[in-house]
Formats: sequence, C-alpha cells, structure tokens
Amino acid sequence: MKKTLLHRLVALFCLGWLLLSFPLLALWDHPVRVFGWPLLPAGLFTIWLVLIAALAWFMERGEG
Amino acid sequence: MLSAPLVIFTAFAYLVLLFAIAWYADQRAAAGRSIIASPWVYALSIAVYATAWTYFGSVGRAAVDGIWFLPIYLGPTLAMILGWVVVRKMIRIARTYRITSVADFIASRYGKSPLIAGLVTLITVVGIVPYIALQLKAISSGYAIMTTSPGESSLVEVSWWQDSTLYLALALAGFIMLFGTRHLDMTERHEGMVAAIAFESLIKLVAFLAVGLFVVYGLFNGIGDVYAQAMADAELAKLLRFDTGGHADYIFSQWFALILLAMLAFLFLPRQFQIMVVENVDERHLKRAVWVFPVYLLLINLFVLPIALAGLLFFGDNGANPDLFVLSLPLVTGQEALALFVFIGGLSAATGMVIVEAIAVSTMVCNDLVMPLLLRTRRFRGRQGGDLTRLLLMIRRLAIVILLLLGYLYFYLAGEAYALVSIGLISFAAVAQFAPAALGGMYWKGGTRAGVLAGLCAGFAFWIYTLMLPSIAKSGWMSTDFVDLGPFGLAWLKPEQFLGLSGLDNLTHSLFWSLFANIGAFVGVSLWTRPAAREASQALLFVDVYNRSHDHQPVFWQGRARIEDLKLLATRFLGPKRAEQLFEARPGPPGQGARPDRGYADARLVQRVETQLAGAIGSASARVMVASAVEEEDLGLEDVMRILDEASQLRVHSRALEDKSRSLEQATRELRAANEELKSLDRLKDDFMSSVTHELRTPLTSIRALTEMMLDDEDMPNEQRQEFLAIIVTETERLSRLVGQVLDMARIEAGHADWHSTELDLTEVVGQAVNSIRGRFEEKNARLEVHTERPSLPILADRDRLVQVMLNLLSNALKFIPEDGGRVDVQMTDSERGITVTVADNGPGIAPEEQPRIFEKFHQLDEGRQRGSGLGLPISRQIVEHFGGRMWVESTPGEGARFSFFLPRTSGASAPEPPSGRPARERNEHHG
Repeated sequence: MKKTLLHRLVALFCLGWLLLSFPLLALWDHPVRVFGWPLLPAGLFTIWLVLIAALAWFMERGEG
Repeated sequence: MLSAPLVIFTAFAYLVLLFAIAWYADQRAAAGRSIIASPWVYALSIAVYATAWTYFGSVGRAAVDGIWFLPIYLGPTLAMILGWVVVRKMIRIARTYRITSVADFIASRYGKSPLIAGLVTLITVVGIVPYIALQLKAISSGYAIMTTSPGESSLVEVSWWQDSTLYLALALAGFIMLFGTRHLDMTERHEGMVAAIAFESLIKLVAFLAVGLFVVYGLFNGIGDVYAQAMADAELAKLLRFDTGGHADYIFSQWFALILLAMLAFLFLPRQFQIMVVENVDERHLKRAVWVFPVYLLLINLFVLPIALAGLLFFGDNGANPDLFVLSLPLVTGQEALALFVFIGGLSAATGMVIVEAIAVSTMVCNDLVMPLLLRTRRFRGRQGGDLTRLLLMIRRLAIVILLLLGYLYFYLAGEAYALVSIGLISFAAVAQFAPAALGGMYWKGGTRAGVLAGLCAGFAFWIYTLMLPSIAKSGWMSTDFVDLGPFGLAWLKPEQFLGLSGLDNLTHSLFWSLFANIGAFVGVSLWTRPAAREASQALLFVDVYNRSHDHQPVFWQGRARIEDLKLLATRFLGPKRAEQLFEARPGPPGQGARPDRGYADARLVQRVETQLAGAIGSASARVMVASAVEEEDLGLEDVMRILDEASQLRVHSRALEDKSRSLEQATRELRAANEELKSLDRLKDDFMSSVTHELRTPLTSIRALTEMMLDDEDMPNEQRQEFLAIIVTETERLSRLVGQVLDMARIEAGHADWHSTELDLTEVVGQAVNSIRGRFEEKNARLEVHTERPSLPILADRDRLVQVMLNLLSNALKFIPEDGGRVDVQMTDSERGITVTVADNGPGIAPEEQPRIFEKFHQLDEGRQRGSGLGLPISRQIVEHFGGRMWVESTPGEGARFSFFLPRTSGASAPEPPSGRPARERNEHHG
C-alpha cells in the first residue's frame, strides 16, 4: 500500500472520531431546524456523508 | 390484518426463492463463472450486519432514545475507514494460513492453542444465542401483528409445538445445512449462500426505504412535516436533542462507548468475519466495499427517526410497540401489500443474520470444540484410515440444528422480557472481548498465549457478571436482590455499579470494566510471560504477513515425516481426491530443512499438509493431528530465530540473484545490439568489396580482351591496333581513377586524408573547375553558366578537394543532361553563416525514393549508360562534411536535379588535423 493512502486513511479516521464525539458533537445540539431537519440529526447525517465521500474519494482515485 | 396462511405461504415462497438463488450461484461457481465476484455483491453481503435488530429495533430505540440508535452504524463506518488497513490484513492472514473462523484466527496466532480456540468458541456461543433468539423474536412478533386484528391482543399463549417460530427455526436450519455444509471445502467458502445474503440485503434495504417513503410522504407531508410536528410536541422534541433524559452526566462517554462497541463487534462478530474475511473472493473488492457498505448503512438509517416520530405522533399513547412501527403503520392505514413486503424485508434481515451466523458458529463448534475433544478420545485416535469428511459434515449439521434450537429456547423462555436493542448490545459486548487478542495479535508481536487466556477469561467473567446475569435477573428467572443490593449484601460488588462506579448506564459500565480487565490482563500477562517457540513463530507470520511473498515464508518445523503417513492423514480429513491433488502439486524448490531421503517429506510439504488440514478442521486440531502422525523435534526459541534468519538470508540471496540476472539480461541485450551492428557493418564491407571488384573487373576484362586479340592476330592493321591501344589507355586511366577514388574514400573515412586548408576564394575555385570541364560540355553542345552575387567569396578550405567536389558534381550533371539542349547552371549564394553552391541540370531528375540513396557508395542510377565509379558523390559529401558543411539534393522527376552543398565560414577549423604519423599504405599511394 502506498504510504500516502495509509496516512490519509488514518487521518480521516481520527477526524471522524473527533467530529463524532464530544465536544464537537455538542455544537449541533440545539433546537433549531435547517431545511426542515432538526439540527442534530441533520448534523450527524452530514458528517456521516462527508466521511463516506472522503473515503470513497481516497479509495477510488487510485488504480482500479 | 392478513390471513395467516397467506403470510406463511409468502414467507416460505421467499425462502424457496432464496434457495433458488443460492442454487444458481453454486452452479455458476462450479462452472467457474462466479456471480459474487464483484465489489458490489461483496459490499451488499457485508450488509448482513443490518439484522432484524436494525430493521425493527432501530425504530424502537429511536422512539425511546432519539438519535441514540445511530452509534451502532457510525462505529462500523469508522471501522471501514480503516478497513483497507485492518480488514485487508485479516483477509491476507486468513487466506495465507487457511483460517476459517474468528476462533481459529485468534488461536492460530497464539501458537495454535486448542484451549484458546475452545474458549473463543464458548464465548461466541453464549454471546450469540440471545442474538439468534432476537431474530426469531422479530419474525415471530412481526408475524403476530400481521395476522391479528388491531383490537385483539397479539400475545395468545400457545404450546411450543403449535408455535410457528419453532418451525421457522427448523426450516432455516434445513436451509443452512443445505447451503452451508453440503460439502467440505478447504477454504470454507459458500458462494450460493453469499449470493442469497446479498439478495436479502437488497430486499431489506428496498423494503425499508419503501415503508419510509410511504410513512413520510403518504401519511405526512414530507420529512419536514414530520419533524415540524414532532418539535411542536414537548415530549417528542426531546428525542431530537442529545440528552433525551436518563443519560445524565456521562452522556458523551456513553456515546463514545457505543461507537467503540459497534466498531469492535463489526470486526469480530462471527458472521462479519465469515462474510468479510472468509467469503472474500478478491482482496481488491474491499477497496470499493469500504465505502459502499457505509452508504448502505446511511440509506437504511435515513428514515429511522422519521418513522419513529411518525409512529409516536400517529398512535399517540395508544401503546403500540415502537419496535413494530414499520409494520403497524402500513397495516393500520390499510396498505396490506406494503406491510407484507416490509414483513419480507424483516424476514430477510433476520434470516440473513441467522444463516451466516449459524454457518460460522457451526464451523467453530465443530473445529474448535468437538474435534479437539474427539481427537483426545483413544477410540478415535486408534481408528486408522477411513474418510472422516462425512463425520465432520455431520458434526456441523448437528451444531446448526442445536444452535437454532438453543436460540428458539432462549426466545421461548426470555423473549418477551427485553427490548430488541438490549439483547443485541449484550451480544456485541461479548464479541468485543475478542478485539484485544485479535487486533493485538495482528500488530503486536509480544502478545502471548497466557496473556490471551487471562484477558479473555477476565473480560468474559466481567461480561457475565455485569451484563448477562443482571439481564437474566431482570427477566425474572432469579431474584434481582444481588443486582440491587450486591451479592451477599456487599454493595461495592453490585454488578451494575462495580466498586461503586455509578452514573454510567449498564452497557457502558459493563463494557468499560470488561475491556479494562481484558486489555489489562492481556498486556500485563503477555509482558510477564515468555512466548513459547510456536507462539513466537506464529506472531512473526501474522504481524509480518505482508512482508513475505509466498515462496519465502519461513517454515517453522523440524523432524522426520514419512510421506505415507501424511498422505493417510490428509486422506482422512480431506477425502482421497483433494489429498491426491495436495501431494501432486508439490512446489518446486525444497525449502530449508529438506530431507533428501526418499519417502520422507520436507518441512515445506509438512507445512502444506498442516495448512490444508487447518482449512478443514481448524489450525489447532490440524497441529495436533500432524504432531501425532510424524516424528517432530521440539522447536526452541533459538530454532525459531535461526529459521527466521535463514529465511531472511534466503530472501536476501534471492533478491541479489534477481538483481544479478537482471543486469545479466541487460548486458546480453547490449551485446546482442552490438553484434547486430557489427554484422551490418560486415555486410556493408562485403557489399563494398564486391562492388569494387566488379568495377575493377569491367575495365580489366576489356583491356585483357583487346590485348589478347592483338597478341593473337599478328597481322592486325596498324590503325586498328592504334585504336585498341587508345581504348586500353582509356580503360587503364579509368582503372587508376577508380583505385585512386577507393583509396581516397578509405583515407577520408579513416580520418587519414591530407587536408591543406588555406584562405581561398570560392568563385575562383569554381571557375577553375568549370574551365577544366568546359571542353567536355562543348563536345556535347551543352551550356554551362556560373551565377554569382559577388566577385569574391573568401573561405578557409582545401583548394584541391573543393575542385574535386565541383568536378564530381559537374561531371555527374554532364552525364544526365540530354544530348541536345543540355544546360547546367552553377549558382553561388552568400549568407551570413556560409556559402551555398548549387549545380542544377535539366536532366531526367531523380525519383524521391532514390534521393537518399544516391550518396551511398557504388549506387548508380542508370546502369549501362555512361558509368561513373559510383564513388564521386559519396566522396564529395565526405569532403563537404569534413569542412563542417552538408550536401543534399532536390529534384522533381522530369525537371532536372539540383545538387547543393553548404560550407560554413568557419570551415577548416571544424575538423581535427590528421595525426602526423600516417600509415605506409597512404604514403605509397602518392607514387601510384
């Protein structure tokens, strides 16, 4: 495995942990709605989607 | 409500469909055209992670705890981010050493210990039975709500033999036996089963999205509407906040614990290991699956919260079970077809989990619990020969039936006591106990067998004490006193507040204590104890699995093994056909420790047999069997280090050898190229020789013929004799000119020619040449004109050579101009860089394909006409190039040819002066 991919994955993993745990997660804990969604579920699904998109980008960019 | 026979018929029809898919996939696999060899199918099959617990339980949990259902799916997403690192290593290890279950994985790493394998299997069975019960419960409750009208109570007591859940369990057992244990495969791969699982994953996703869309857009006006109504309700609005009440102080540690738990369970649940690692067709499929699987999880969770809120809004305090909102919402609103489809989706989720789990666990039970016990019995060991593959299959089938019956029993006895989510989490916590041993084993060489045993025992004990026993007590089977007051009234031992640790919910509490004890004991004891030789060698093989290509795996075995004995052993467990293949396909070079004696196996062959056996009966049992069949010498730690050393030496040598052979190839290529060049030069030389001799022979022949005629005919008239003599003189001149040119050519090419560069005027040189040849032009009635822009063109060059060049060009032109009206123009152009001289004729011209070749030696355009030596043009070009210029030709056929040469102003300095010591040959020529 190329070292850069390994490093990117580890970095993304750490970022995921941070975004999905205290205290960053508490930022979303407000009784507000965005685009019809309450902020907390909206935030969680957004983080989730961004993580997956980054992962897909890293994995698919290389050869086949 | 729907009629019971319809629901039952649909359910069984669906199972038959699964059956057909699995059968088809198996057929395709047998034909070598696998339908599961795709990253998409692989990702879908991994989605077996989403069980009935997800399908029904997530909504149930969301209805009580809000977004707290999510960590169970965020954990696997985080795990998959590192999947390409961790899971790929698991796949590589399992493939290299034929590991077929998580118990085998851990046991194999720690010296192929049967004790560890057995312990892991035991923990798995205890932890997984409730999980299987949960699936049965989901189907059973789903079935009940489908077939009873809303008013009626769905909890009609029936005796066990009337319970359709029992028959469902038995039907599933039959299905699993057919596709999981039809034949004994050395890699434990089941293509048909994987295809069916992937299909089920697709069905459950589509069904869940369908009910989600129906609820959100059919019963409400979109997601925004659901959320808006929920936020208007004070009670429901709480569900959309982080702290839904009841989580209190340690809220974020509980969130963290859930994510961690799901992450570890995702990696080490037997069914996930089976699907992700054992059933993996190609390591590269993982590359796409690591992100496709999280997408699947995200999609299936998208509508969980809206459905839960919608159910709560819709039913109010009606007391409907939130676990079954996905069914009750469409049922109550009269969407019976949708409800049936959703039920099938739930059935998919439940059966998928049960099928894979049962196959995985039955393999573990057979290989790691039953086989080691059987191998210990004297009767079994004494029995020689005989094919045991049938026995192995029987054990597995029995294990499947027993496992499902245990699941049913648990469901029957405790099913109603707990919500779905709690049962699932208890199982997760049991499986998480494998993580320290397995992950530690993959990345840390220091872990020992004793450490793992201590860690597993400690972790498992804490799990039972802090999670399992309290849950049993709460089910009402035993007094809850020890939970509330502590055993024997000792409050500090209270299982849910161990050592007085309070504030955490019971799951986080249990997870913390069990993993703390587990990791502590594992690391502590590992550091304290010394690994045995086999543990050390297995540690190296696991941790460094990427570092070794297959051929350079060190073989940690020494002793004497008769091939006969090994063959007998392999035949017993693998069947005669596979055993035969195993011994036929012996790898080429003998490894270290090879014994040359006939009839004895080398270490590598023993290793191969053991690895193949491990695929069939687990690595621990395989070790025991091989050890009993051959004479082994005990390996010491020093031997392990020595063998490793030899292996790495071998690797170094082979790498050096590769380098050498590469450079040798390179040298061979260069030599071959040089040889080709020499050959072509040789051919050129031969051509040159034959051309020269041919040119010499023509005048010689005529001279000889004429002389002979004169010699024979004494009465020849004087005029004729004179005529002949004149011809002879001409031919002789031609001969000497030719010889002179050849020598000239050779001198120039060899760099030995005499060059006398002086300052001279090119117009004068051209004039000299023109004057000396003008007579021949007049003989032919041709015009020869010289055009120049300037009266004088000074240049540094050798006068005689330049005259030679001009004469060559002019006589060449003379040869080709027509008999009448011939015309040759000499043009001199002066530029800053040098002088260009052009000789243009009005002859027939030269075809384009001929043009590059006319400067070749002895190339003659027109055979038979006035022949030149064929050397004039090449020599001229050599001379011009000597002065740093160049010569070329432009011509259109039919319109004459233009020969030009260009001389730079600095010419004469460009070529080095020839060395002073000239060869004798050249000096002699001056007299010739």
